[in-house]
Amino acid sequence: MTRGGALAVGIVFVCAAGAVAAIAFAWHPAIDEITPPAPGSFDRYLVAEGEDLANLGNCAGCHTSEPSRPLAGGRALDTPFGKVFATNITPQADDGIGAWSSEAFGRAMRRGIARDGRQLYPAFPYDHFTHATDHQIAALYAWLMTRRPIAGRAPEPQLAGIFAFRPLVAAWNLLYLDEGPLPTDGSRPSQWNRGRVLAEGLGHCSGCHTPRDRFGAEDVARAYDGAWTEGWYAPPLNAHSPAVQPWTPEELQTYLHTGLAPHHAAAAGPMASVTRALAQVPEEDVRAIAVYISSLMADAPASKQDKPQPVDRLAVAQQQHPEAATLYAGACATCHDPGAPMMQQGRPVLSWATPLHEASPHDTVRVIMQGLTPPGGSSGPTMPAYADMLSDQQVQDLAAYLRTRFTDKPAWSDVPAAVAEARK
Amino acid sequence: MITLTVNGQAHQVDVDPDTPLLYVLRNDLELNAAKFGCGLGQCGACTVLLDDKPVFSCLVPVAALGARKVRTLEGLPKTLPAAFEAEQAAQCGYCIAGMIVRAQALLERNPRPTEKEMRTHMAPNLCRCGTHMRILRAVRRAAEAMGGGVREEARIGAEEK
Repeated sequence: MTRGGALAVGIVFVCAAGAVAAIAFAWHPAIDEITPPAPGSFDRYLVAEGEDLANLGNCAGCHTSEPSRPLAGGRALDTPFGKVFATNITPQADDGIGAWSSEAFGRAMRRGIARDGRQLYPAFPYDHFTHATDHQIAALYAWLMTRRPIAGRAPEPQLAGIFAFRPLVAAWNLLYLDEGPLPTDGSRPSQWNRGRVLAEGLGHCSGCHTPRDRFGAEDVARAYDGAWTEGWYAPPLNAHSPAVQPWTPEELQTYLHTGLAPHHAAAAGPMASVTRALAQVPEEDVRAIAVYISSLMADAPASKQDKPQPVDRLAVAQQQHPEAATLYAGACATCHDPGAPMMQQGRPVLSWATPLHEASPHDTVRVIMQGLTPPGGSSGPTMPAYADMLSDQQVQDLAAYLRTRFTDKPAWSDVPAAVAEARK
Repeated sequence: MITLTVNGQAHQVDVDPDTPLLYVLRNDLELNAAKFGCGLGQCGACTVLLDDKPVFSCLVPVAALGARKVRTLEGLPKTLPAAFEAEQAAQCGYCIAGMIVRAQALLERNPRPTEKEMRTHMAPNLCRCGTHMRILRAVRRAAEAMGGGVREEARIGAEEK
C-alpha cells in the first residue's frame, strides 16, 4: 500500500468513527406512547399554576394561529434558515401531545427532543425552558393535558438545504444548550432570583431581545442588546437601553401587566401579545420579572440621570421639516399634544416615547403605519393606522420630524427603507 | 389655495393646509354626509375613500391629499344605500354614511368576502345604537346585488376542503 493509500484509509476510518459517534450522540430513543390522561386526574391547583405559567411564557403567542383553535399550532415562524411551523400542543393523541408522558414532555422542554426521539428545532425556545423548575414543568404539563384536544397537524418545516436534516440540531445543542435549572445567586434577593428563573426560563425574554449569531443562537456576549423580531426592533434591556426615563421596577411592572408605561410607550408588535398574556399572570410574578429585568438596565443612561427633561425642539423641527409640521398638526396633534383627551389618560408624551430614541426608525414607522390596538386587549383608545392616509414620502417626513422634534439624537439615515419594509 | 378632487370634481379651497379633510368637505364644499364623531380617528363616522382606501377624514390634513382622489357617500353608487334602507340599518343614522363608505371599499375590492373578512373590515366603524347586525345584513344584501355575496366561514373545526 502506498503512503497516499494508507492516508486515505486512515481518513475514511476517522470519518466513519466520527459519524458513528455523531449518530450515537444525535440519536434519542422514543418514549412510549400513553393513553391521554383523564383531565380529572390532575390536581386542579397544579393546573391553575400551569395556566399562569403558560401565560407567562405566552405559549399561545406562537402555538395559536386561529383563536377558535387554541394551542393547535400552525403559525409560521420565519427564520434565516427557512420556515418553521408551531406545532399542535393540545392533548390530541395523534396530532398533538396527548400521547406524551410527563417524562416525554419534560425531555422536550429541557432538551428539545420530541416524544418519538426526533430533534426539535430551537425556534421552540427549549434553550430557555430548560431553566424552568421541575415543578413549573409539571404544572405546565398538567395545564396542557387538560385543554381541549384539537385535531390537525402543523405543516412540516420548510428549511433550506442541510438545515432540513434534524440530527444536525444535536451539534447545535452541544454548542449552545446549557441544560437544567439556573443556580441561585446568593448575593441577590430571592425576588430577583425568582424573576430571573421566570424571565430566563419560561418567559424567554431574551429570545427576542438578544441578537442571534449565524447559527441562530443567542449571542450571550451581547445579552439583551436589542434584536429584530418580525420586522420590529426589540430594544436593548441592558446598559444600552434607549429609554429616556429610567425603567424602575414599578414602571416596568405596570408596562408588563398593562401594555402601557406612562413614561415610555405602549407595547407594540410582538410585545403587545406578550403583555396581553402577562395581564393574566399573578402580580407577584410580573413584579419579580420587573425587578430582575430592570436590574439589567442599572447602568443605562436613563438610570443615571436624576430628572430627565423632555425634549421639544419645535422651532428646529418646523424649520427642517415644514411639510411634516403641517401633517403633524393635522394628523397627530389632536391626540399627542399636551392637553389632548388621550394625554389625560396617562399616555406618554412623545418626548419619552422609546421608539423615537432607538437607533433605527423601524418601530416608529411601523407604529405610524400600522397603528396600535388598545393595550392589554381591553377596550379603549386605539392609534389608527396611517398607512392608507399618508403616502410613503409623508410617513418618511413625519418620522424625521418626530425624531428631530422630540429627541436630541442624530437624524435616522434609513427611513425610506423602513417605510418600504412596513408597506410590504 | 389648495386644490382637491372630490367625487370627480376639482375644487379650490382657501384653508390652512393642516385643516382636516372632514372640515373642508362639510364647511367649504357642503358635502355633509361624512360626520364629525370623535375627531380622533376612533369612531369612523367621518370615513371617506381616498383613492380606493377608507380613511378617517378627521385625521387627514387637506395638505396630505396631493393628487389622491376623494370620494364621499354623495358620489357613490346607490347599491349600498339601497341595501341599508331595505334592511332598516339606520337607527339614529349618525354612523351610517361612514359605514356605507367603508363597505363600498370592501365590495369594490372583493364582492365575495368571507363573513370574517367582512366583519374585520367593518370593525373600525362604531355604531352607538347597536344596529351592527342590521348593518352587516345590509352589506351582505349589497354584495349579492353586486353579483357577489358574503361567503360563510368554514365551520369551526371542520377540515378545509
